[in-house]
Amino acid sequence: MNLINQRFRGPWTLFKKEILRFWRVSFQTVAAPVMTALLYLLIFSHVLGGRVEVYPDVPYTIFLIPGLIMMSILQNAFANSSSSLIQSKVMGSIIFVLLTPLSYLEFFLAFLSASIVRGLVVGFSIYFVAICFIDLPLIHPLFILAFAIAGSGMLGAFGIIAGLWAEKFDQMAAFQNFVIMPLSFLSGVFYSIHSLPPFWQKISHLNPFFYMIDGFRYGFFGQGDISPWFSLTVVLGSFIALSFITIGMLKAGYKLRG
Amino acid sequence: MTPAIKIEQVHKQFGALHALNCVDLTIEQGEFFALLGPNGAGKSTLINLLAGLLRPTSGNLSVMGFDVMAQYRQARRALGVVPQELVFDPFFNVREMLRFQAGYFGKGPENDAWIDEVIESLGLTDKVGTNMRRLSGGMKRRALIAQALVHKPPVIVLDEPTAGVDVELRYMLWEFIKRLNRDGHTIILTTHYLEEAEALCSRVALLKQGEVIALDSTKNLLASIPGKKLRLKLSAALPANLQDMVRHQEQHDYTLSLNVINQVEYVLAELRSANVVVEDMQLIEADLEDVFINLMGRHESN
Repeated sequence: MNLINQRFRGPWTLFKKEILRFWRVSFQTVAAPVMTALLYLLIFSHVLGGRVEVYPDVPYTIFLIPGLIMMSILQNAFANSSSSLIQSKVMGSIIFVLLTPLSYLEFFLAFLSASIVRGLVVGFSIYFVAICFIDLPLIHPLFILAFAIAGSGMLGAFGIIAGLWAEKFDQMAAFQNFVIMPLSFLSGVFYSIHSLPPFWQKISHLNPFFYMIDGFRYGFFGQGDISPWFSLTVVLGSFIALSFITIGMLKAGYKLRG
Repeated sequence: MTPAIKIEQVHKQFGALHALNCVDLTIEQGEFFALLGPNGAGKSTLINLLAGLLRPTSGNLSVMGFDVMAQYRQARRALGVVPQELVFDPFFNVREMLRFQAGYFGKGPENDAWIDEVIESLGLTDKVGTNMRRLSGGMKRRALIAQALVHKPPVIVLDEPTAGVDVELRYMLWEFIKRLNRDGHTIILTTHYLEEAEALCSRVALLKQGEVIALDSTKNLLASIPGKKLRLKLSAALPANLQDMVRHQEQHDYTLSLNVINQVEYVLAELRSANVVVEDMQLIEADLEDVFINLMGRHESN
């Protein structure tokens, strides 16, 4: 703690509080998503394993696991910042942060980093449970890490936007169910978009989740629908764009400071 | 000396509503100041502007000489705000929450002794390990006050600190706030209890519909009401010709307002001639409530 001088103690405290907030309810925020992912894995690999081969020499289970990990990372990164914000807005406790000298940028960085940590904790947990049962290749670990961080960062920022915009839990649930769920389920987690009709392939290319899943998956077994560099560019570009929007909203005090 | 609070030409508009209209107010360091006014007068808006929770439509506000917008970091470090609603973070216990709050202000372990002192003075020692959710209303109120003090702000704003607390706690909080003021903190209090402002505050601003309609020392405001009040317990109804003076009535208990003291003789003479017996009688000095009603009424008729 001595290393963190007074200048950084404010945002560091907010970050720590955000981490502790989800850790206190880790059954719900970590164990539950791991369980869900493993159930998907169990069911889909049982039904489709041996019948579907997306890439040559890649068993369906090996194809599926990275996608499931990434989907969970993204969903949980989003859930972390969005639910923390909507909760503290509805409860009114957001005021304790707004009264402090923390700047909008520090606010952003603390919420964003906590979302990335939550995404990575969930992702690693699924990975570690999965490798107990399945021998998973790991060809380009740096790609894996880059996509995990950029993807969770992007969804963390998206979560802040949703959390700022929503005024009640109902609106947040709508955001989750009508935006995040379709984008993640239609991103090619369970199938390769090459198996889709041309029209739907084109549509899928508009989905940023597709690039995150495809690039992340490439890191494991070295095959993907498109170049991982292109995917990384799209993901980083979206991350930066969303960050700018989020920072702009925070700077303007959107729905925080009237 | 730099004023603790300086509010210059502040307007705040919400759509068509003028919540604050050209408010000018200076509060000196070490003052114990009351902000009074009916609901919707703009008290909370003013506090939220000082705290940076709202932004003024026009005008400037500063805390200890720091502009709340341009120098918000310094301004917020100088200000402790106790919000009106009992808000809390349900994930943490009292001590954790206070340490987090201090941390947001850049305060680390070196500040823990002060936090412990605040905890003790507010009678929260037994509750430090209790989750905020499990605290009673009174304890939550104490925790909120502690939260506003963790960074040792020179200026403390309490928005209705004793709303909904029992008498015992109210007196305890009064003593505590008085002590803070004695220790050099500037205190700004909004309250519905005029008795509270009268007992504690040396200066009062009265707000109505977003404007300051009176700003003076409590003593001067009280002296501005020349009359006294006469409380009577009668054997029968008050004669009709005295009805004009009635301020308050409950069956045969009346409170009459007197413009000059020798009206007492007139009242007693009228009662005697109407054969109404006085069972009990009290002469009462004007209080802040009279000032309040008087000024509100005068402002209305203007």
